[in-house]
Amino acid sequence: MASLIGYYSLIFGFCFSFLIIFFSIKNFRDSNFFDSKLISLSFLQFFFVTISFLGLIISFVNSDFSNETVFNHSHTTKPLFYKISGTWGNHEGSLLLWLLVLTLFIFLFLLRSKNQTKQYRILTLLFQQIIIIGFFIFVIKTSSPFNFIFPIPNEGLGLNPILQDPALAIHPPILYLGYVGSSIIFSSTLAATSLNYISREWAHHIKQWVLISWVFLTIGILLGSIWAYYELGWGGFWFWDPVENVSLMPWLALTTLFHCILVLEKRLILTSWVVVLSIATFTLSMCGTFLVRSGILNSVHTFANDPERGLFILIFLFCLIFLSIFIFFFFHKVKTKNINSIFWFSKDASILINNWFMMYFLSVILIGTTYPIFLEVITSQKISVGPPFYNKLIVPFLIPFLLIMTIGPKLKWIKSDLKDKSYLILSLIFSLIFSILIIKNLNTSFLANTILITSAFYLFFSTLREFFKKRLLNLSQNIAHFGFSLLILSILFNNIFSTEIITNMKIGETFENKNFKINFVRVEKKDEQNFKSIIGKFNIENSNGNIEILRPELRIYNQPNIMTSEADIKTNLLNDQFMTMNLVQNQDYFNIRYQIKPFMVWIWLSVLLITFGALITLFRSKYEN
Amino acid sequence: MKIRIPFLFLTIFFLAIFLVFYKGLQNSNIYVPNNNIEKELPNFQAQLFDKDSEILLKDILKKDKFYLINIWASWCVPCREEHSFLIRLSNQKNIEIVGLNYKDNRQNAKNFLKELDNPYQIIISDKDGTNSIELGAYGVPESFLIYNQKIIKKIIGPLNNKLFIEIKKIIK
Amino acid sequence: MKYFRYVIVVLFLLNFNFANAKVDDLETKITKNLRCLICQGQSVYDSDSDFAVSLKLLVSKKLEEGKNEKQIYDYLKDKYGEWILYDPKFDKSTYFLWLLPILLFITGGAIIFRLFIIKKK
Repeated sequence: MASLIGYYSLIFGFCFSFLIIFFSIKNFRDSNFFDSKLISLSFLQFFFVTISFLGLIISFVNSDFSNETVFNHSHTTKPLFYKISGTWGNHEGSLLLWLLVLTLFIFLFLLRSKNQTKQYRILTLLFQQIIIIGFFIFVIKTSSPFNFIFPIPNEGLGLNPILQDPALAIHPPILYLGYVGSSIIFSSTLAATSLNYISREWAHHIKQWVLISWVFLTIGILLGSIWAYYELGWGGFWFWDPVENVSLMPWLALTTLFHCILVLEKRLILTSWVVVLSIATFTLSMCGTFLVRSGILNSVHTFANDPERGLFILIFLFCLIFLSIFIFFFFHKVKTKNINSIFWFSKDASILINNWFMMYFLSVILIGTTYPIFLEVITSQKISVGPPFYNKLIVPFLIPFLLIMTIGPKLKWIKSDLKDKSYLILSLIFSLIFSILIIKNLNTSFLANTILITSAFYLFFSTLREFFKKRLLNLSQNIAHFGFSLLILSILFNNIFSTEIITNMKIGETFENKNFKINFVRVEKKDEQNFKSIIGKFNIENSNGNIEILRPELRIYNQPNIMTSEADIKTNLLNDQFMTMNLVQNQDYFNIRYQIKPFMVWIWLSVLLITFGALITLFRSKYEN
Repeated sequence: MKIRIPFLFLTIFFLAIFLVFYKGLQNSNIYVPNNNIEKELPNFQAQLFDKDSEILLKDILKKDKFYLINIWASWCVPCREEHSFLIRLSNQKNIEIVGLNYKDNRQNAKNFLKELDNPYQIIISDKDGTNSIELGAYGVPESFLIYNQKIIKKIIGPLNNKLFIEIKKIIK
Repeated sequence: MKYFRYVIVVLFLLNFNFANAKVDDLETKITKNLRCLICQGQSVYDSDSDFAVSLKLLVSKKLEEGKNEKQIYDYLKDKYGEWILYDPKFDKSTYFLWLLPILLFITGGAIIFRLFIIKKK
C-alpha cells in the first residue's frame, strides 16, 4: 500500500515539472513580477516527492517484501534503524533521495532569492527543472524503487552488513546534500550567464549556496572516511579508490569556486572562470555518479551496477555538458573593462595561484581515475592507477601550495606589499628547525619529509599567530587555513610514525617486540539480533608497563550470510590503537593486525575545524544580509 | 565568428570522451588475467599429498605429454561441481591430471576424494597457497593445461561441458 | 603563545620514541603496491583474502631469496599482467597519464603569468 502511494505521488511530482515549466515560461513572457504561484508549485513538487520517499521508508519499516527494492535490501530481523537507513543504502532509494534534495533545494532557492530579478529566478528554476526531469525519468524508467514482485516472498535478502553502521547510515544523505547543492550553483550560473546578470551582488548571493554545498560535501566525505577507517578494517582512511576520488573532485572544484567567488565579489574579475568552475562542480558530481553507478570502474565500495542505468546517466550528463558549453559560448559576455588588472603581488594573485594548484590536483585525480577506462577502450590494455601515482604527483606540489597559503592571506586586495617580513622569515626558520628535530631520527627520506613538514608547520605557526593578533576580520578564513595546516600535519605524522604488525596468533599466545607485548587472552561468543559475534580479548602491554585491553570482533551475519571484521579502536589525543582479527581458512589461529596510528583523531578534528571556518563565513554573510 | 573554433573544438572533445565512456560501459569491470598466452611453466618444490616428501614440479611433468594441473580444496563448493568432469577427463588416454590441494585439511581432503572418487594421478599439497601463486592462479578452482612443460591454457573457475570438449579437442 | 609551543615540543619529544619501529619495510612497500585480484579494490597488503595472504608470504619468500623489488614486480607482472601494480610504469601507454597533469599545470601557469605581464605593460 505504502509503495503504491509512493509510486503515484512520484508520478504526480513528475507532472508538476511540466506545470512549473509551463507557468514559468508564461510568467517569463507576460508579467513584470515574479509569480508566487511558482513557489507554491515548487513546494507541491517537493511535497509529493517527500510523500513518495516516506512511502518507501514505510515499506522498509514494515518489511513489505512485495516491493522489489525492499526485498533486495532488507530483512525482518534487521534493527529498525538500519531498516530506515536501508532506504537510501541502495541504488533506487538513493536516487529518490537525490530527487528529494533537488526539489528541496530549488524550493529553498526560490524562497531565499526574493531580492533577485524575476527573469533570473525563473531561468534558474527552469534549468533546475531540466535536471529534475532528467532524474525523474531516470528513477521512473530505469530504477524505480516501487517495483512489485509476485508471488510475495516471505523474507528479504538483507542489507550488506558493512553498510549496517551509524556513520554510513547518515553519510549518503549528507553527501547528497553536497552533490545536489551544487546543482543550484549550476542552474543559477547558467541563468545568470544567459541574462548577463553576473555581478558582485550575484557573487555575494551565490556564495551562500557554494558554502552550504561545500559544508555538506565536506562532512559527507569526512563521515565516509571515518567509516572506511573503522569498518573496512585495515586502518587507512583514504585509499585513492575511484569512489573516493569521485567525491574529492567536486570538493576541489567547489573549494576553488569559493575562493574565486571571493575575488569576484570584491572586484568583478575572473567572471568566465567562475562560470566554468560552477559548471564543472555539478558536472563532476554527475560524472562521479556515472562512474560509480554504471560499474565502469571497480572499487571497494561497490554499488549494484547495471549498464543500462550507466548509459542513461552518461547521455544525460553529456546533454548537460553540451547545454552548458552552448550557453557559455553564445551568451557569456566578458566585461572587458577590468580584465587585465591583476598585480602579481596581491591577494587576488595569490587566490589565482591557489586556483591554479587546486585545478592541478583536480586534474591529477580526474586523469588518474579515468585513464584506465581510456586505455582499455583504445588499446585494450588494463592497468591500475593507485596510491603511488597520486602521491608522486600531488605531494611535491603541496609544498609551494602551503607556502602560498601562508603568505597569500596576509596580502591586500589589488596591490600590496609585504608587512612583517622579518617575522615571516623567522617563523620559516623556526619551522625548519622544528621539523628537523622531529624527524632527524628517522630512516625515511629525510630531505623530502623535512621540506614538507616545514611548509606545513609554516602555515600552522603563521595562522596560529593570527589568532593572537585579534584580527577578527579574517577569523573564519584563519580558522579554515589553520585547520588545513593541522590536517596536512596530522596526515604526514600519521603516515610517517604509524607502527603496524600483522601476525598469526592462537588463543593464549603472546607476541612481543621491543615496543609492546600482545597477549591473546580468550575469545567469547555472543548472539545478537541479526548476527553472531566472536569477540577476542587482547592485553597489550607497552614499554611503560601500561596495559590496554582491545576487543576486536568477528560478526557472522545471518542474512545475507557474510562475515565481517569489526575493529576495536582505542582513541586518545595522541594516537589510536587499532586492532582487527580475521579467521584463516582451515587453521586454528587468527590473523591479527595491530596498529598504532598517531594523530588519527586530529585528522577528523581538523576537517571539522575547516568546516567550522566555513560555517562562520556562512552565518556572517547571512547576518550581514 | 571568433567563438566558433573553441566551441567546435570543445564539442568534439566532449563527444570523443562520450564515445570512450560509451565503449567503456560494455567492458567488464572485473579484471581477469589473459588466459590464452603460452607461458613457461615455473618450477618449484612441492610437498606431496600422501607422503612427507618433496618433489620438483618439472620432475612430475614429462615432455610430449598433456597434463592438467587442477587446483582444488575440499571446502570449495564449485570444486564439487567440476569433479565429474575431472573424472571423465581422467578416463581419457593422453592426459594426466595433477591435483594441487589448496590450503586444505588433509583429512577433509581425503574424505572428499573417498566420497567423489579420485581423478588425480599425483596430488601435491599447497599448505600456504604460495605454489598456486607461482603457477599464476588466484583462486580455487583453477586448471592449467600443460604441454611440453608450457602452460598452453588457463581455466579460471570450474570446468564445464564446453571447456571439457575444448580440452578434448586440444589433446587430440 | 611561547608556552603553547613548549608544550607541543615536549609532547612530540615524549611520544615519538617508537618512531623507528618499522620492520619489514620493503615487504610492506611492495605489498602495498600490489592490487589484490580477489577483492579488486584493495591492495594485497590491506586485503585478508586467501590470495592476498599467500601472496604476502610469497613476497617475503622472494625477498629472502635475495630478489629485489623490481624483480618481484616483473615476476608478478608476468603472471598476472600489468594490472596487478598500483604504480603504473612510465612507457608509451602511460605518457599521457603521467604527463598530462604536468602539462596542464604548465599551461595554467602560463595563462596566469600572462595576466600579470599584461598589467606591467
